[in-house]
Amino acid sequence: MKGLTEIRWHGRGGQGAKTAALLLADVAFSMGAEVQGFPEYGPERMGAPITAYNRISDEPIRVHSNIYEPDYVVVVDETLLEDIDVTAGLSKDGAVIVNTAKDAEEIKPLLKGYEGRVCTIDARKVSMEALGMYFPNSPMLAAVIKVSGIMPEEKFMEEMQSSYEHKFASKPEVIKGNMKALELALVEVKG
Amino acid sequence: MAIRERLSGNEAVSVAIRQINPDVMPAFPITPSTEIPQYVSSYVADGLIDTEFVPVESEHSAMSAAVGACAAGARTVTATSSAGLALMWEVLHIASSDRLPIALALVNRALSGPININADHSDGMGARDCGWIQLYAEDNQEAYDNMVMAYRIAEHPDVLLPVMVCQDGFITSHAVQNIYLLENEAVKSFVGEYKPENYLLNAERPMAVGPYAVTNYYMEARRAMAEAMKNSAGVIQAVAKEYEGISGRSYGYFEEYMTKDADHVIVIMGSATGAAKDACDKLRAEGKKVGVLKIRVFRPFPAKELAEALKNVKTIAAMDRAESFSGNSGPMAAELKAALFDAKQYPDIVSMVYGLGGRDITVEDMESIYADLEAGNFESKGLPYRYINVRE
Repeated sequence: MKGLTEIRWHGRGGQGAKTAALLLADVAFSMGAEVQGFPEYGPERMGAPITAYNRISDEPIRVHSNIYEPDYVVVVDETLLEDIDVTAGLSKDGAVIVNTAKDAEEIKPLLKGYEGRVCTIDARKVSMEALGMYFPNSPMLAAVIKVSGIMPEEKFMEEMQSSYEHKFASKPEVIKGNMKALELALVEVKG
Repeated sequence: MAIRERLSGNEAVSVAIRQINPDVMPAFPITPSTEIPQYVSSYVADGLIDTEFVPVESEHSAMSAAVGACAAGARTVTATSSAGLALMWEVLHIASSDRLPIALALVNRALSGPININADHSDGMGARDCGWIQLYAEDNQEAYDNMVMAYRIAEHPDVLLPVMVCQDGFITSHAVQNIYLLENEAVKSFVGEYKPENYLLNAERPMAVGPYAVTNYYMEARRAMAEAMKNSAGVIQAVAKEYEGISGRSYGYFEEYMTKDADHVIVIMGSATGAAKDACDKLRAEGKKVGVLKIRVFRPFPAKELAEALKNVKTIAAMDRAESFSGNSGPMAAELKAALFDAKQYPDIVSMVYGLGGRDITVEDMESIYADLEAGNFESKGLPYRYINVRE
């Protein structure tokens, strides 16, 4: 990994965008990186738009401001595309990753002229298949790893296995489903 | 061996509290400090520490219980933010005037109104004259380190004053970042056992705590407090020196970043310091003589040392994350100006109020502040006191 990678997450309260940002910080940390994972707090309501951020670097990180020129943007809820300029400041060399069943071509008109890479993943399909319930954060996390290439996939899967074993120590039955969600998402992400 | 970890600021302070294992923690939850009593109560429930956790019905009660516990002879900690600290205000004075070395983890947040849960220093600045030592942290690491050092300062026989360990709400309290922790044993032996000389539960030496003082005595008691606060300065330095020995991290009253030959300096406290440092690096690469001075110890205020550190500086941006409504400047700027005036140093100082209620401040903002400092002519531009990033 070289230099600083900045990621901005857009989601709705209750969907786990903040948790996904913290998981990404965790897994990058375990690879030896310097990390930041933090949400932007407004009125805390289920369903309200929320933003979370990651900085991942090989140097200590001193800045604590929000991220205005990200390398990657993750959109956990495609209904946000109508209201929020999710690609604002997004690097043309980076990518936006949208959770949607649609094709990138259908999403592009909603992205206010963004010229970079547009990736899609149907996190609902992945989650329903792997977990039987809709939790978009694991598939979105895997999609970020795939698209950004910030760490090797095998290493990511190893780290997530131990992270889930720790996180779900009291309900081991969900570990397998979450691992399957990651596995499927690595394959399903397009663009 | 240092332990490489990644923790939020709230987790970091909670881990320090776990490693210290204080006797009593009375607390009432308030955003963004709530996680601290939450984590500590789970450590108690899990049997990791034997702290007596007292869930009280308000912050006034939290500080009152802390006063009772500490006066009885117990090492005591609590945590709060914003309106919670405001509700403690009366009792903050009781704690300091009773000379009780309580530690308070303050997660800085704006005061109402309008109601706002985000970071600024209004709460801490509002309590600056309560007789508490105040340490401000830039990040999770400093919040942790300050917490580990807190009791060594507060409980020193020449000090015996309570201490606030401050960090910025959400910006550091809820941001997960890399941190190096000390081993449990290293913290335990550094902090040591609490052995108060005088305490209420000592049957051998009965004493009164907090009695009425007639006019003939009150002023001497306050003078003694002021003396203790002055004494704390040397203790803060000595404790930091010793802490450097076990942690490898060095702390002073303030941190000087590229200030030695600087013409233009940003003086600041808390989490926005990093943005100023990054801006400073960029401008240094262009050959500009700029620097950052981050104040860590606000009480006692290191006036002489600041004057010495800033003696060759031409212009200063004194940046306050709080408004004190004096009509002239922010609270830190006022104290800095007084310090330099006493030292007969007269650089141009602009008081800049920024970041109220969590308003973001970026590296680019800091670059534009340096550009303003370089351009000078503050008086003619009406700039000695102004706001950053505000709609007017």
